[in-house]
Order: sequence, then structure tokens, then C-alpha cells
Amino acid sequence: MTLALDFSFLTLDVLARYVIKGLFFSIELTLVAMLGGILLGTALALMRLSGVIWLSWPAALYVNAMRSIPLVMVILWFFLLIPLLTGKPLGAELSAMITFTLFEAAYYSEIMRAGIQSIPKGQIYASYALGMNYAQTLRYIVLPQAFRNMLPVLLTQTIILFQDTSLVYAIGAYDLLKGFEVVGKNFNRPVETYLVAALIYFVISYTLSRYVRRLQTRLAVIR
Amino acid sequence: MIEIDRVSKWYGSFQVLSDCSTHIGKGEVVVVCGPSGSGKSTLIKCVNALEPFQKGEIRVNGISVSDPKTNLSQLRAHVGMVFQHFELFPHMTICDNLCIAQVKVLGRLREEAMERGLRLLDRVGLKAHAHKYPGQLSGGQQQRVAIARALAMDPICMLFDEPTSALDPEMINEVLDVMVELASEGMTMMVVTHEMGFARKVAHRVIFMDQGRIVEDTPKEAFFAMPRSERAQAFLAKILSH
Repeated sequence: MTLALDFSFLTLDVLARYVIKGLFFSIELTLVAMLGGILLGTALALMRLSGVIWLSWPAALYVNAMRSIPLVMVILWFFLLIPLLTGKPLGAELSAMITFTLFEAAYYSEIMRAGIQSIPKGQIYASYALGMNYAQTLRYIVLPQAFRNMLPVLLTQTIILFQDTSLVYAIGAYDLLKGFEVVGKNFNRPVETYLVAALIYFVISYTLSRYVRRLQTRLAVIR
Repeated sequence: MIEIDRVSKWYGSFQVLSDCSTHIGKGEVVVVCGPSGSGKSTLIKCVNALEPFQKGEIRVNGISVSDPKTNLSQLRAHVGMVFQHFELFPHMTICDNLCIAQVKVLGRLREEAMERGLRLLDRVGLKAHAHKYPGQLSGGQQQRVAIARALAMDPICMLFDEPTSALDPEMINEVLDVMVELASEGMTMMVVTHEMGFARKVAHRVIFMDQGRIVEDTPKEAFFAMPRSERAQAFLAKILSH
């Protein structure tokens, strides 16, 4: 059997019409979930490390629950549950953004927790000794260092997040993969389109991970 | 200036400080020494409430550090502290290290803080390094910056927690020189150190600690002539024998 692949239908015009908007949504979803996830994740990490049981316990429960459920189920459940609770549907794209933010926050939270714990106690002593309070110590001393130390890991998690955005197919949101799927159906060429889709995911993810590696060596020099 | 009154502290059931009392008057330089694990670092950290203690009282300038009503940030802002491992903030330039607390805690203007910071940096001989990061300086230089950072807050007294223990021998003197100068200007200082040369030169009193207790608290002359306790004698013999 010969594999007869034909990519000639994939013109720039076709890509521009069907794929670009999907790519933009995938990137938008990645960026929103990254920023929102890091913010919420940092808050969760601080709650877990607060030593106050009514803060640390709910945060731990949330993080462990999110990390124990497959992402695709969270996506589905959120999409189906919200209309039941509020009476009106959110739309697949907005629903995906909220779900990804909530889900990724659990992972970013663990990274930030490790980052915060990696700051030597002496740094906190020094900050307190200068008269800075808890909030100032976090804001100016602990979090900037934790964030900088963890930057490569945070970005690696973001690369995983970018790949995971393809799971929004479950609720029919129009992302990069969906764009290719539509093209494949229109031209009856699913094998070729999924191949190209995989290539695009690979190029983006691999480029980013190369960048992370370079960043890692640069940060190691500063420290 | 610093009144330590019957302070005891436990880690769980292990007692690290028992019944420690001493007074440090304005302008006095007191050296605290003793074998490792004797509680001297813990005691000095109790003075600005970095370490909590369960019994007794410490007053700095008449203000109790264990009173829940005390504004600890305000109190600490005027008690300078220098640590064994310098603890400069590695993500900030030397200049920012000197300015951050002046601006955020004392509410000084950035320019004012900068001017004061640079003047103190000049005083410790490091003005040329203002825009470097701590990691680019040697240990001795970092510790001098740490002293300047504490002085920038206009402290009423200074606490030194083994300021030269993490330094290579050739860097110890550059740090001690700054401390000697500070003492000669009348700064109230509590110094945990094994540098007996420093103690001999500038201390008014020497406190010797062992197993969480203040075993000896005597004027320097008496301490070096002949400590009363056997433990202090043995300790002195050991560290002065080389």
C-alpha cells in the first residue's frame, strides 16, 4: 500500500480563512490561562503556606482536586454546569478560558509554592529586620525571587498548557486544531491536515522549550 | 537601651534559652560569645523579635518587643541587624538594597534615600559598586553593604549576628574595621562573634553563653584577665590557643 499524501489544497488562502482564527484563539487561551493561572496559583500557594488552617485547607483541597481530575472532564463539566446554575450558556470560548484558568492555577500554584519555599529564611529575617511587614516582604522580597527562580518551570508548564488547549474540541470551541479539522473535512483530507496541525504544535512548542533552556542558563549565571 | 529580662525560650520541649538577663546601655558595645548551640544567635534574634520567646521580657528603648500591641515593624526599622550570611536581596542592585526599606518603611523620597544610601556606601568604601548586584561582590564587600543598609535606617542600636563567620580570613578585617569605627562613634552594639581581637579592642562588656544560659556577663578587662566560670576559661583557652 502506498501512502498518497497531497498537501496542495493547503494554500495560504485556506489557512488564512480557517486556521488563523483558531491559532489566535489557542494563543489567546494560553495567555489568559497563564496570566490568570499564575495570579490565582500564587494566591493559592500563599494560602497553603499561610499556616492558617481555614486558608490552607481549602487551597490544598482545591489544588489536589484539580490535579486529580482529567482536564477534559473539567472542561466538559464546567461547560455543562454553568448553564444549569445560571440559566444561560457562557459560550465555548469564554467557558474554556475560565476553565483553563481555574485548572492551570492548581499546577502553577504548586510551582509557586516550591518557589516561595526555596527562598532562604534569612531573606525573610532580613526584610523583617529592616521594618518591612508581611505584605511588603512578600511583594518586594519573596515573590520576585520566587518568580525569577521558577520562571523556566512556569514557562514549561505554559508549553504543556498550550498543547492542552487542543482539548477544547470537547466543547466545540474554535481553536487551532479545530481549524485544521474543518479544513480536513472540507477537502476530505483529514490525514494531511492533522499532520500539518501536529507540525505546527511541534514547531511552536519546541521553539518555546528551546527558549526556556536558554533562559535557564542565563538565570543560572545571574544567580 | 536593650533590656533583656529573664528570657526563656523552648523549641517544643527543648529549652534553648533559660532565664537570660542583661542590660545594654546607650553607647555600650557588648560582645556575646560561647560555643555553637549555646543560644547566642537565638538570643540576639529575640531582641528584635525575629524569634519569639515564651517567658520573660525584652525592651528596646523602653518598648516591649513581646507586647502584642507593639508595632514591630516600627521598632525593627530602628534596630539595625547584620546577619552571618549578609542576606542582601540578590534580585536588587546594591543601590536598591540600600533604598528599599528607607522608601517603603520610612517613607523617604527615592532621591533622599539614594543620597543617604550612597553616602553610607562611600563610607564603607564601596561607592563604585552601587549599580552592581550582590552576587558580583565578594563576601566582605557584601557584608559591608549589609552594614550600610542597616545604617541607612538611622538605627538607635545595631545587632550583629556572627557578622564575620561566613567570611574568608582576608575579608574579616575589612568588616571588623567598619564595626570598630562604628563603635568609636558611640553606636550601641550587641555583637555575637568569636573575634576576640574585636572584643578586646572595642567591647565594654563580654557575655559568655553556654547551653542557653548567660554564664558570664563581665567587663572586658575582667573577662580576658580571668573568666570566673570554668566553662568560659575552657572556651577562651580553646579559641585563643592558636
